[in-house]
Amino acid sequence: MIDYEKIIPDKVKNIQPSGIRKFFDIAQQVEGVISLSVGEPDFKTPWAVRKEAIRILEKGKTAYTANSGLAELRSAISDYLRDTIHTEYDPNSEIIVTVGGSEAIDMALRALVSAGDEVLVPEPSFVCYSPIVSMCGGIPVPIVTKREDNFRLTAEALKEKITPKTKALVLPFPNNPTGAVMRREHLEAIAEVLKGTDIMVLSDEIYSEMTYNGAKHVSFAELPDMRERTIVINGFSKSFAMTGWRLGFAAGPRPVMKQMLKLHQYCIMSSPTVSQYAAIVAMRSCRDEVDKMVEEYDMRRRLLVKGFNDMGLDCFEPEGAFYVFPCIKSTGMTSAEFCERLIYDKKVAVVPGNAFGESGEGFVRVSYAYSVQHLTTALGRIREFLEDIKK
Amino acid sequence: MEDNTMNKLLDLLRQNARLSNAELAAMLGSTEAEVAAQIKQLEDDGILMGYTAIINEETVDETRVTAIIDIKVAPMKGKGFDDLAHTIMEYDEVDTVFLLSGAHDLSVTVTGTSLRKVAQFVSERLSTLDGVISTATHFILKRYKEKNHVFSEDTTDERSLVSP
Repeated sequence: MIDYEKIIPDKVKNIQPSGIRKFFDIAQQVEGVISLSVGEPDFKTPWAVRKEAIRILEKGKTAYTANSGLAELRSAISDYLRDTIHTEYDPNSEIIVTVGGSEAIDMALRALVSAGDEVLVPEPSFVCYSPIVSMCGGIPVPIVTKREDNFRLTAEALKEKITPKTKALVLPFPNNPTGAVMRREHLEAIAEVLKGTDIMVLSDEIYSEMTYNGAKHVSFAELPDMRERTIVINGFSKSFAMTGWRLGFAAGPRPVMKQMLKLHQYCIMSSPTVSQYAAIVAMRSCRDEVDKMVEEYDMRRRLLVKGFNDMGLDCFEPEGAFYVFPCIKSTGMTSAEFCERLIYDKKVAVVPGNAFGESGEGFVRVSYAYSVQHLTTALGRIREFLEDIKK
Repeated sequence: MEDNTMNKLLDLLRQNARLSNAELAAMLGSTEAEVAAQIKQLEDDGILMGYTAIINEETVDETRVTAIIDIKVAPMKGKGFDDLAHTIMEYDEVDTVFLLSGAHDLSVTVTGTSLRKVAQFVSERLSTLDGVISTATHFILKRYKEKNHVFSEDTTDERSLVSP
């Protein structure tokens, strides 16, 4: 009889199941739920991209590609990065096409983190960084971001957490779940702190196309002298509504990318071939479809921010991604209680903020990757819920 | 309201004319008062001509039928197509009247409670009009998409209820 408890390593056992998973299990039990809790676009992948994939399949192009990705795609990515973040990356040695931004994050952390290294992770943020750091034997160190700073990372908060063991800082902006964006001046303050150190920066920019209020995305890599320490992570999932295609990319200084490529070669070999061909079309000819999606998101964003503030739930105006992060402290409930009661009483699902880090306690994440119709119905039910609990 | 915003307003109303002024204002980054004023202006100028519901008619009344009729016309001296178009328009059964380029001249849609009623209307009222040379009647058998609304497609959201 095999004793699995003995076999499975502690470091694997000790990874906490995500709070999102827990909430998902609850949501599944309730019938007729109006969900506001997805993390992926409601738009379908642009038709031109899907047609290209069909064409590629018909032609039978199903073999592995070059490890680092199709040359044409890497070239398109290089052009894209020059265009959007004004930074040059050599397609032959500084860009890798990965299985989603997720694999890029994994490869980057594994290429950088030794046992005992500290990695600074702003919170609330996406759930994958800390577990990967732990798996590398590293120590994830949360840095709390606050409502009064519009959930931006401040230089002060960063300075407090830097120690001689700090290997890297994760910069997940535009942010999931808060929708926070670091504008140039905020990034410059961070650069000031890191100048002269050996601290690397993992810049997760997967929501870079979703920015509003004239806050065009600025990458940490484009700041003077910061390119040499930055790995830029981005992809096709959110911008081009290609979540299920599993395609992303990493770009960074040659010596690091060389190591990441080694890992990628052993673990993945190459990213999905059909997705890569389709992504070339996406990048070269579907940029205005992206603009249209972003305009649509922007309108929904305003609708939600106003809706929540009108109901008495303080909701700061996010400048990026497709989430709003209203505060539910005024109800006297915890995030988990609020979300559970909302789903049982009014069949509306929003994600408890603390699923993204303890500093998310007291908030909920509401996604606006849904039609206006869907959003107004859900807002109505949340309004009713708030009135009910007052009684 | 600047042109860009006004166009977005029209777009939103095209998709859903029942959005409240408050909702429209929020989405456009404007105020309720400005939206109300702009809508009134558009109505007064005849740009916003009306608001109507898109109904899946066949689910309400199975026998109800719509036909698209192409009409070849001999335009009357000095009058062109307008007179005939106006005459046809007067009938309640007629939903649309368009003047088209190409093989036929006028395109008319007619709705009736049964196939026979529509056929009767065409033969007794339309074909007999002065200036009508010929008509070609096409009955709508199945609707796939109308005014950007898709009929009877499976529109369930396939995404996982909750995702990170």
